[in-house]
Amino acid sequence: MSASTIGGQRKPASLKNRLKPGEWAFTGLTAAAAMIMISVIVGVFYVLIDQSWESVRENGFSFVYGSTWDPAKETFGAWPFILGTLITSIFALVFATIIAVLVALFLVEIAPMWISRPVSYLVELLAAIPSVVFGLWGIFVMGPFIRDHFGPVVVALFGWIPFFDGTPQITGLFSGCVILTIMILPTVMAVSRDVIAAVPRSQREGIMALGATRWEMIQIAVLPYARSGVLGASILGLARAVGETLAVTLVIGNSVRIPENVFAPAYTMASVIANQFNEATGIHRAALIEVALLLLLITFAINVVARLLVWRVTGGQRAVVQE
Amino acid sequence: MSTFQQSLILARTERLYRRRKLMNRVMTGAMIVAVGFAIVPLFLILFYLLKEGLPGLSIDLFTEDPNRPGRAGGGVHNALVGSGIMVGLALLIGVPVAIGTGVFLSEFGQNRAGAFVRFIIEVMAGIPSITIGLFVYGLVVVNQGHFSALAGALALAIILVPIVARISEEMMLLVPRSLREASYALGAPRWKTVLQIVFPTALPGIITGVMLGLSRIAGEAAPLLFTSLGNQFYSTDVTAPIDSLPTRIFTYATGPYDYWHEQAWAMSFILVGIILIVSLSVRTLFGSRVTVRQ
Repeated sequence: MSASTIGGQRKPASLKNRLKPGEWAFTGLTAAAAMIMISVIVGVFYVLIDQSWESVRENGFSFVYGSTWDPAKETFGAWPFILGTLITSIFALVFATIIAVLVALFLVEIAPMWISRPVSYLVELLAAIPSVVFGLWGIFVMGPFIRDHFGPVVVALFGWIPFFDGTPQITGLFSGCVILTIMILPTVMAVSRDVIAAVPRSQREGIMALGATRWEMIQIAVLPYARSGVLGASILGLARAVGETLAVTLVIGNSVRIPENVFAPAYTMASVIANQFNEATGIHRAALIEVALLLLLITFAINVVARLLVWRVTGGQRAVVQE
Repeated sequence: MSTFQQSLILARTERLYRRRKLMNRVMTGAMIVAVGFAIVPLFLILFYLLKEGLPGLSIDLFTEDPNRPGRAGGGVHNALVGSGIMVGLALLIGVPVAIGTGVFLSEFGQNRAGAFVRFIIEVMAGIPSITIGLFVYGLVVVNQGHFSALAGALALAIILVPIVARISEEMMLLVPRSLREASYALGAPRWKTVLQIVFPTALPGIITGVMLGLSRIAGEAAPLLFTSLGNQFYSTDVTAPIDSLPTRIFTYATGPYDYWHEQAWAMSFILVGIILIVSLSVRTLFGSRVTVRQ
């Protein structure tokens, strides 16, 4: 291999290397492991397309915009689920980002070490709790709280907005939104914290020397610098929200109709698969696998965008260091 | 400029200054409230796990299999064993592939091929777990004609691999160059250097990664729904459907019986207990090593 060869001895060395069975086996085995990873990705796309082909051929594009899902009549329009996923994920994205950025700013800019260490550990611990446990807690603790306390407050404050007039229930679209917000919070917080901590110290000191308050410093020197990284963080959170299954399945109420208000029962793409797949046969099963295929394409796109954004921030850092 | 004008300007700056200070306080307050929002759910979850889950713990829960639905009592022995078997199998399948990939990336990965494999790992880590469940369903269950523990383990392994591979690579890259060079200087070939010098040095870090991966897959239910399915009865046959803690929690949480809910809380308590113990011990045992990276 080129790294271990020296100047003039190139040819004999590589020949010698090739003849060593240990070296050959070692390189081959590790490369095989990497090849397995690649084949899994290719396999995921192939198997999902193959298994859903019947539905793709029968339903065509109306699968995406059709709003009737009736397995008995073999009508499959996934729009209610796509809408459910969109609403819950975007709600979670917005609120989790606001809270997470404020927490991250607190941890980096205000809190002393002995507070910021345990607090950020506690928030990250939230990410370790299994989805299904969130769901259980969501049904028996969060749901009743939303129905009796939180929901009425939301209706009183925002009831004049058309979509927000409803009767709060234990399970429904709103419960799904809230549980997703809690679940993606640690992801967004951890990445935002690292991005904000990466803002150069000199930038903060410069603006402080001009007499800015701490908030003005954050506003002028920290946030603009960290903006695209925070955006990347929240999009990583979005990817998690879109793919989240069981917690949402347990609290979203499960209805194949388009929800008429924010407290009505609904479905997300992942939750309809979880709930219907084991009872489905034939084209119904293929249609559910097509939902999974759509989900895969969406998360794939989101992840690529998030990666590019985070990469741009680290690229930006390097440029500043060079200056 | 008259003294009147001067005092006007002074008053205006004073007002502005007060407003700036107020804004600063308001935003600091908002940050502290946000910390509250972020931490309260965790405490609420832990609190209810203790309150609802602890009373449900009994010897029967660990030793008995589930009763016929509707008949109170019984336990979740089969789910505990099933989870253990599948997680164990997933580690057996996933860890060698993950470490192999990690070695490939750290040894031969500083080029286009390495960047591509890294991208693939990111993509893999981003696939929703339910989609992985359907993939294994299409790959294994459809071809075999029945659900099996092996299929469940394969789905869990696919979730595990990107986590462990990423950490393995990072840990092996952390091994000081001088150690490798010392080994090369003694005439050791590359594979011996990696196996006997780099790998043992990075091992504590890699174990951390495996433990983190384990705590992640132990709680996954979505990929198991269509692969291992779940089983009312005790089974250790890896080619047959098998029960697991997360899928049983899912079934019991939505079920109509009170004793199901009680057992769901107790199972959640056990599951979260295991996960927290693993992640806490990883942090206290190898914490310093992980923070080296930052």
